[in-house]
Amino acid sequence: MDMNAYLSMFIDESNDHLQSLNENLLQLEGSPEDISIVQVIFRSAHTLKGMSATMGFEDLASLTHEMENVLDLVRNSKLKMDSFIFDTLFKALDVLDSMVQDIVNGGTGKADVNAIVSSLKSIVKGDYAVTPATSAPVSSQVSAASAGAAAPRLDEFQASVLKQSMETGHQVYHIQVSIEENCILKAARAYMVFDLLERNGEIVQSVPSVQDIEQDKFDRAFTVFYISQLQGEELQLQIANISEVESVEVTALDEESLSLLSRPQVAEIAATSAAPATTAPKRDEASPTKRSAGATQNSAGAVNRTIRVDIERLDTLMNLFSELLIDRVRLEQLASEIKRTELTETVEHMTRVSSDLQNIVLKLRMVPVDSVFNRFPRMVRDVAKSLDKKVDLNIIGAETELDRTVIDEIGDPLVHLLRNSIDHGVEPVENRIAAGKPETGTVNLRAYHSGNHVFIEIEDDGRGIDREKVLGIAIKNGVISPEKASGMSDEEVYMLLFAPGFSTADKISDLSGRGVGLDVVMTKITSLGGNVSVSSTLGKGTKFSIQLPLTLSIIWAMLVQLGSEKYAIPLSSIVETAVIKREQVRKIHGNRMIEFRGAIIPVLSLSRILESPDFDEDQEEESEIVVIRKGEKWGAVVVDEFIGQSEIVLKTLGSYLTNTGTISGATILGDGQVALIIDPNALIK
Amino acid sequence: MGEDLKVIVFALGNEEYGIEVDKVRTIERMLPITRVPKTPAFIKGVINLRGVVVPVIDLRGRFGLPETEQTENSRTIIVAVNELEVGFIVDAANDVIDINTDAIDSPPEVVGGIKAKYLRGVAKMGDERLLIMLNLAEVLNRSEIIQIEDLED
Repeated sequence: MDMNAYLSMFIDESNDHLQSLNENLLQLEGSPEDISIVQVIFRSAHTLKGMSATMGFEDLASLTHEMENVLDLVRNSKLKMDSFIFDTLFKALDVLDSMVQDIVNGGTGKADVNAIVSSLKSIVKGDYAVTPATSAPVSSQVSAASAGAAAPRLDEFQASVLKQSMETGHQVYHIQVSIEENCILKAARAYMVFDLLERNGEIVQSVPSVQDIEQDKFDRAFTVFYISQLQGEELQLQIANISEVESVEVTALDEESLSLLSRPQVAEIAATSAAPATTAPKRDEASPTKRSAGATQNSAGAVNRTIRVDIERLDTLMNLFSELLIDRVRLEQLASEIKRTELTETVEHMTRVSSDLQNIVLKLRMVPVDSVFNRFPRMVRDVAKSLDKKVDLNIIGAETELDRTVIDEIGDPLVHLLRNSIDHGVEPVENRIAAGKPETGTVNLRAYHSGNHVFIEIEDDGRGIDREKVLGIAIKNGVISPEKASGMSDEEVYMLLFAPGFSTADKISDLSGRGVGLDVVMTKITSLGGNVSVSSTLGKGTKFSIQLPLTLSIIWAMLVQLGSEKYAIPLSSIVETAVIKREQVRKIHGNRMIEFRGAIIPVLSLSRILESPDFDEDQEEESEIVVIRKGEKWGAVVVDEFIGQSEIVLKTLGSYLTNTGTISGATILGDGQVALIIDPNALIK
Repeated sequence: MGEDLKVIVFALGNEEYGIEVDKVRTIERMLPITRVPKTPAFIKGVINLRGVVVPVIDLRGRFGLPETEQTENSRTIIVAVNELEVGFIVDAANDVIDINTDAIDSPPEVVGGIKAKYLRGVAKMGDERLLIMLNLAEVLNRSEIIQIEDLED
């Protein structure tokens, strides 16, 4: 079997399972008595184990196996969850996650799991600090596996192989072999059995695995699923003939018994995508609540009928569509020149269809922010725990959709802001009680659409931002001068938090407070074409609000002429356009400024910045200006002429041209020419 | 016995240069070029190559030869090396030939060292013709370009 073909599927599914493990474990932490959650966790872990073993990631499989042992005891009420177990399980999940990431990055998924495995084992054995309700010592891995599953189970793939063999007239056997107790070379005897079996048919699965048996890692019995043309009796006879084999039990399987063996596994796979119907009857009886949980999941699962599509294909689709858009603009231009009604009508119709198509293509690339948000509950838990604070995270609007390119970039800034809220915003428990607030702090993470933007807000009910404290530090760290500080509005003061080299933490924690966090957040979000704002009430809480564009690949822009050259300025950073007379421009300390709407703003000469070969605004009596904005700063960009607004498709300049400064990319105009896109953020320093 | 190489032959002035054919995407007639500000002089700008924005460089400028007016014969050779896609403006491109690697001699020593880097060697064709084989990765080497930029500053 070519494993590479299944690798991407494995990675996707592993990530899904890890995510669901994380979520459910968090849920379980909230209600540790709920065995039905344990069942769900157990199934996820079990599927993950099966998948990684099939793919040959042994470390992954062995770690999940140990987790499974612990969970098995819990779901059979032989072990009570406590904080040590939770922490260990969470730690195990982290290790698993890093292993899967390693595989994603082309690694082998190997990691040193000894420490975590041994603490999991100590939980199973019950010899860690807390004694489990019923001591159920499990002597070895092998017997633990058989405790977890009375009969060896088949995964979906193996089951289908067996089924197909049956259909093609082969016999399928379940063979149980045990070797005499005083046998010295168990592995050698086992090898002889395998050798015999392989000569006459095919071994589909063996418990323990062939590798373990070869390395003598088995008790003295093993079972195999086996496909052969031989008759059962003959098989039994042949195996029994091998010396030192104590007993052989050959059972022929029919479809019914096969489906019995594979059913729990199949149900587990179903559980991940839609909902578990029933796993095994006895489990259902044990947990009456499970059925209703399953039913609700079922209805949710039925609505979401999705397929997985390679991201590259979507990108190709987007690129092809961009080509079409360029041609459409060109056609519109031609139609307006030729002025034939039929042509104009056709082009108009095409325009309508293509804008519908554009909506769909853009929607295809939209991903719910949940794909970023879903890892936050776990993170908030860990951060809060390490700071000894109590924090509830409420996520609102996780279904809000954003372009994939934005989603990929937004994770880190949000992590920074959330950590910041928990670290600096939410007070320690004793302070909260003293302030008359509930012991547990609340952080709201909210996402919603508004116009062409998506807003993400992080709001805490913590201590709020202390204006004087911020100003004091800003002055001390030389971010602003004392004179300037007195005239600042509250909002301006809060924005100082995003200044490079600023930190309000009295003591530096390992989470935030190094003064590198927030200015990185600001840079990242501005580079995405977004914006951050802060509002705060002292003693009540703080709200960070991030505004993001819906998409980064098609934007509205103002096209301007500069002599013979054309440039595009993104509309998102344009305040307005105007025409100014030459005498309105004043020189202040050698810098050219104009008065505009009551403020003095700098005049930026695009022709000089871009070294225009054939345009010089000094020749003109009246100049067209585009007023642009970067945060609170404004600037007047002098251009030759306005061409108009247009929807443009962003293209990169390629990796050969880097450090182009004021140029952020290129687009192709209707006439096939390339126009460069100006980065307004680089114009305003 | 060396292996045979298929080589695209192009001209800069009176000299003939060669690039392996598998590095060449297409050869285009001159397309309208959009100037990109703040780049070295030999980077002429970007072109629209069927929907993809591709930078073009004037090989004459890159090699320190005097730049000339474009003619009917001027071509843009689009090459792809190490994920970089770049167009070369050359005076003419008109031939594809086979060269045995044994026929390529290492480049003659040039005073100043740095220039010789992008030359892979010189191949003799017949009695009179000499073909200069280029090392594309070095022609597109950015660190060297930065050196040149520093010199210009």
